[in-house]
Formats: sequence, structure tokens, C-alpha cells
Amino acid sequence: MSDNTLFSTGLNRRDFLRLSAGLTAMMGLPYAMHTKVAEAATADNRPPVIWLHFQECTGCSESLIRSGHPDPAALILDLISLDYHETLMIGSGYQAEKSLEDSMKANWGSYILIVEGAVPLAEDGIYCKVAGKTAVESLKHASEGAAAVICIGTCSSFGGVQAADPNPTQAVSAASLIKDKPVINVPGCPPSPYNLLATVLYYLTFKKLPKLDALNRPEFAYGRRIHEHCERRPHFDAGRFAEQFGDKGHSEGYCLYKLGCKGPVTFANCSVQRFNDVGVWPVSMGHPCIGCTEPDVMFHTSIYDRCQIHEVTPPDFYPNANPAKRGKGADPLTTGVMGMVAGAAIGASAMLAKKLPKEGEDEDHEA
Amino acid sequence: MVHHDEYHIHKAKILTPSFYVLLFFTVLGFLLIGVRFVKGIGAVSNMSDGYPWGIWIAYDVATSTALACGGYAMAIIIYIMNRMKYHPLIRSALVTSMFGYMLAGMSVMVDIGRYWNSYSFFIPSRWQTNSVMFEVAVCIMAYNVVLMIEVLPAILERFIHSETTRFPKLKHYALIIYPRLDKVLIFIVVLGITLPTMHQSSLGSMLIIAKSKLNPIWHTEFLPLLFVINALYIGYSVVIFESFMSSISFNRPFESEIQRLSKVIPYVTAVWLFVRFADLWYRDQLGAAFAGDYNSWMFITEILLISGGTFILMWRQYRTSPRMVFISAMLLLIGGGWYRFNVYLLGFKPHGNWSYFPSLPEFFITIGLVAFEILGYMVLVKLFPIMPKLHKHEAQTAQAH
Repeated sequence: MSDNTLFSTGLNRRDFLRLSAGLTAMMGLPYAMHTKVAEAATADNRPPVIWLHFQECTGCSESLIRSGHPDPAALILDLISLDYHETLMIGSGYQAEKSLEDSMKANWGSYILIVEGAVPLAEDGIYCKVAGKTAVESLKHASEGAAAVICIGTCSSFGGVQAADPNPTQAVSAASLIKDKPVINVPGCPPSPYNLLATVLYYLTFKKLPKLDALNRPEFAYGRRIHEHCERRPHFDAGRFAEQFGDKGHSEGYCLYKLGCKGPVTFANCSVQRFNDVGVWPVSMGHPCIGCTEPDVMFHTSIYDRCQIHEVTPPDFYPNANPAKRGKGADPLTTGVMGMVAGAAIGASAMLAKKLPKEGEDEDHEA
Repeated sequence: MVHHDEYHIHKAKILTPSFYVLLFFTVLGFLLIGVRFVKGIGAVSNMSDGYPWGIWIAYDVATSTALACGGYAMAIIIYIMNRMKYHPLIRSALVTSMFGYMLAGMSVMVDIGRYWNSYSFFIPSRWQTNSVMFEVAVCIMAYNVVLMIEVLPAILERFIHSETTRFPKLKHYALIIYPRLDKVLIFIVVLGITLPTMHQSSLGSMLIIAKSKLNPIWHTEFLPLLFVINALYIGYSVVIFESFMSSISFNRPFESEIQRLSKVIPYVTAVWLFVRFADLWYRDQLGAAFAGDYNSWMFITEILLISGGTFILMWRQYRTSPRMVFISAMLLLIGGGWYRFNVYLLGFKPHGNWSYFPSLPEFFITIGLVAFEILGYMVLVKLFPIMPKLHKHEAQTAQAH
């Protein structure tokens, strides 16, 4: 696991425990819980997962298989039992469809359904078909026996780019079509793979859903705004902003709010969890947050529009970056008196200089 | 060693109109110092947590010790470079230095918040020897003593050569002390050269530690060197200034040594300007120095004053003109002092939105101390043999006036 190779020999014990502990911390659980998390992950009945693709770019899957801890092989083979995933599975055609049916039948009522992508409704949903079935049919069929449905990515959670105006396919989020099952949204474009992994393991450990916010997002990952933990926040508080791309403020790492950063209105843990296992995220690279985890921001407002901030000033308990003027400055009387004294001194010196003879004796006179 | 025949008492009335004017400002200043000790620093000054020092330190300590470097600068030229022809100028320079350093010492006592703890300074077990301020304090204190000893021969001579028999005991002691003092005086003179070199550089070192507060135009590791050289040319300029002042106000002929002394100054300022600009160039701050903002203009003023004074003294025809020599000395005095003000006050920006401008009482305390300094000088030269003795032909012209 120390290297990010695609073909790994599996997950060794130390790496596995480290992963469990890390994910435990991420879910906001006490440290002692990590053994429970590890037990849940090692139980022989690895969670069967069925993954459906609809209208999307596969970016969420790409993001998942780019996680380094664990690497993709360990994730798919050891940690979960990914029974059906249209882009990752080896089988194809009827064979693939058979494995879907088999898994559903074998794990009826206990498998986790992960949906990636929006569902088109226009003209009976003919704009997205897999194995002769429309997206609506596939979703209805697969969700019937699922224990829970996880909508990964903004498309399946909120509709995403497909649902943006003018929306010719009348795409809607997968989440909006599922009424009878618990739904967890893990939005993002793409979301951090660890948010998905942590959600799955939470469910396996406690057999219940993690605490969700009003938009069905797990609170451990989407409980706070990007802005609250942004490394550029001190610049925001101090009023130092990049005014345009490539200017002095931009190159000095100032706050990107004026370039359209949606951090102040976007709930996500990107500024903390970051991406690619090397601690990067868009804002650290100099691009404003585009608000991809919010249903009303990404694809509904321009990337470079400024968002409305409702809490402009930092909390009172923050040290003040722009303190009020302190100390006593000049007052007219003192300035006047000092000016008069200085003027008198200069005047006296000038008079003295005038009194002194212009011509003097030669400097070598007595040398 | 001591050429007592080089000096004489300036015979004139002590209680002149200017005496009373200076006395007025001295008394006013000391009254305000009294207010400061009764009601606290905040009652008389605008200093704050952001600006823990104001003009009392920036002028009275940092600048006036440089103005008091006449004795130091003259001692270097006379004893180190062995130019004995300037020797007649040393005593008046030493007296100015003595008053200048007394002023600095008094200002520090007025300025420090817990002055009642200052006795710890005389208890070695309480010394904090790593402190730059400690070095400044020790050197200034020691140099005050050295200056007093250096001025002492003038006072002793007064009693030795007194014709009246009013103080027979004093004359007796003076006759005993004088030859012994004469023997050790050279060591005192050496101390008198070492100590200012140490603390003038330390005055610069003091601001090295304020790296985040002092503007990069002035903040450099070379601050100590710049301060020592700055003290030297201010010292020479002060000797010139003071010589002309006493010539005019005491109606004496001009001291011809002064014009020859002015030849030295351009070399000193050239070294200073070279270090200043080389350092700015090395630290890549030349752009900031000429950026045209507030700090930049302060820097440009400083450089214009100093290079202006230097430029005048580079030309032989100007050096022979007392007027031009006086003007260039004034330019160098203001320019050199400007540099020290820049380092200590104008280029100093504490964290937080602080502002500082001296209050009226604060300013009058400084004025009072300066008035006291001039007053002391004027009285002392009329009581003791301090001024250079007039050359014969000069004495005749002086009588013709």
C-alpha cells in the first residue's frame, strides 16, 4: 500500500489497521472504535455492492480507483465485494447481467446499491439504456432489494450537469426517484473517495446510517463549510484578495473569494480531507471552489460569480486582523508648535549662514 | 599631554538675554519631567504599547548621542591619526559631548516605565549581559564618567591658575590631582574612543532585533556599522557647527582648523553612502527605496541631505568659504539625524494599527533638555578654560571688532 501500483499483493495487516483507524477518525468516532470498524471490514461477508452508472462521466469511479489507501485492487477485492460495476467488472454482455441478477438474489435485502449519474425521464427515459433497460427501470429494479442506496457524485445526488438548463433529457437525480429506501447522498464532482468508503464502513459497523443533514449528506463529511477550514481563510479575514487570475495577490496566495470562490456557501470537507493522497485540492492550486457539493451552486451559478456571504466578519474570538487605530496621533497645536520651533531653528541657521563670510582664507594657509 | 596653554576662559557676561530664554525652557522642561514622575508617562507623552518609545529615545538618546560624538570624532582624528593641530578644538567638543550624553542618560531615566528598578543597574548580579540595551546602558554610563574625567583638567586648571585666594584648599588639591591625572589621561582617552564605538554600533544593533517592525529600507545586519560611521560624520559636523556658533555668538574669529577638518568629512560620508547603497542593492531593496511612497520619500530626503552636504565639501573653493562649510555641516547634521529618526521612528511600524506623534509636553521635555545642554555649555566656557586660545594675529583682529 505504500506504493500506488494498480496490481497489489493485497492489504497487509498494518496497512489495513491504519486505514481503519484513519476512517474511524474521519467519521468522527472515538479512537477505540477503530477495532470495531476493522472487524466490520474483515467479516467474512464483505459487503456486497452493486454499482450502477447512468448519465455521468465516470469521474466518481475514477476518483475511487485513484485512492491510494487502500489501492483499487485491495478496495474492490478485499474490502468490499463489488459484484457489479459496469466499467470495472471483467465480465460483459449477458455474463455481466447474470452476475447482477445472481448477486441481487443471493444478497436480497442486504446489498448496498451505489448509483452514479442522473436519470433521464424525457421520452420514457430512452436517453440512457444499459442491457436494453432504461435508467429508470434499472434503478427501480436494483433498489428493490437494496438495504440502502448511496448516491455518489453530484449527478445522482442532485442532477448535476445533465439537469442544468436547458436539460433536454429531463434528467433528475437518482435520489429523487427512490422513495422507499434510505438514501445517502455523497455529492461532489467528484467526491472524495474516502467519504464514500467511510459511509460504507459506518453502515457496516453500526448497521445504521450515519447522521445526515437536510440534503441527506453524511454530516461527518458535509457538516461544515469549505470556508471554515480553508488555508486561505486568514487572507479573507485580513481583507487580502486575489482580484484576478495571475495578479500579485493571486501569486501570493491570497483569498480567492473575489474570483468567485464558493467556499463560504459550500458544505464539504475538501479543505480538510483533500485529494489524491498528496494533500491537494482546487483552492490550494489557485482555483476558487466551484461549489460542486451544493444542489443550487454548481451548474446553476457561474463559476466566477461571487457568492453572497452572510457572515462577513470573523467571529469575535478570532484575533482581529484589522485592528482599530490605536495610539495618539498628531494634534494641531503640537504640530504647529513643532513646526514653529523647526522653522525658527532653520531660520536662525540661515541667518547665521548669511552672517558668515562667503570668502575665507585658503585652507593651506597654516598647514 | 595636556596643553593647558592652548585654552582660555571666555571672559564674558554670563547672564545674557539668551541665558534667560534658555533658562525658561529648561525650567519648563524640568517642571514637565516633574509631572511625568508624579502622574506617569501617559500624562505627558503619546507613547503607547505599539510605540514604547517616542522622541525621547529617537531624539534624546539615538540622535543626541550622535550629536554628542564631537568628542569621539575629534579624539580619533587627534590621537589615532595623530593630527595634533586639531588639539585646541578637543575641549569644547568634549564639553558638548558631556552634556549630550548627560541628556541621553536623563532621557532614559524619564523614559523607562519602572525607573524605581533602575538601581539594579549597579548590581552586577542583576545584569542581563545578552541584552543590546544593556550594552548601550553600560557604555553610555561609563562614557559619561570618562567624559567628566576628560573635562576635569579644565576645571582643575581654573583653580590652579586662580589668582584670588578664595579657595586655598581647592587650589591645593588641584595641584596634587592635576599631575597624576595628566599621567593616566591617555588611558581615559583610549576608553573614550572605545566606548562610543561600542555603544554607537549597539544603538544600531538594537533595531536589528525588530526585523518584522522596521521597514526593509532600513533594516539590515549592517545597522551597527552604519550607525558608527554616521556618528563619525555627525560628530565632525557638530564640531564645525559648534565652532561657528561660538565664533558668532561669542564674537571670536573663526577657527582655521575647522576648514581643514571639513576635508575629512567627504571620505567618511562616501564610505557610509557606499555601505548604504551596496546593502540596499544586495538585499534587493533598491526598488522599494525609490518606489515613491512615504517610506521611500523619507529615504530619499535622508540621502539628498547627506549627499548634498558631502557634495559641497568635495570642492576646494567651497571648503574655503565659512558660509558653505557651515551650510554643509548643517545639511549633514539634519541628514544624519534624519537617518536615525528613520530607523528609530519613521520606518518603525509596530504590528497592529498604531500611530504615534509626540505630545506637546513630551516635545517640551526634549526642548527643555536641549536648552539645558546649551545653557550648561554657555556657562561652562565662561567659567573654565575650554575654548581654544586665540592665535596672536587673530586676537588682534578680535580686539579691532
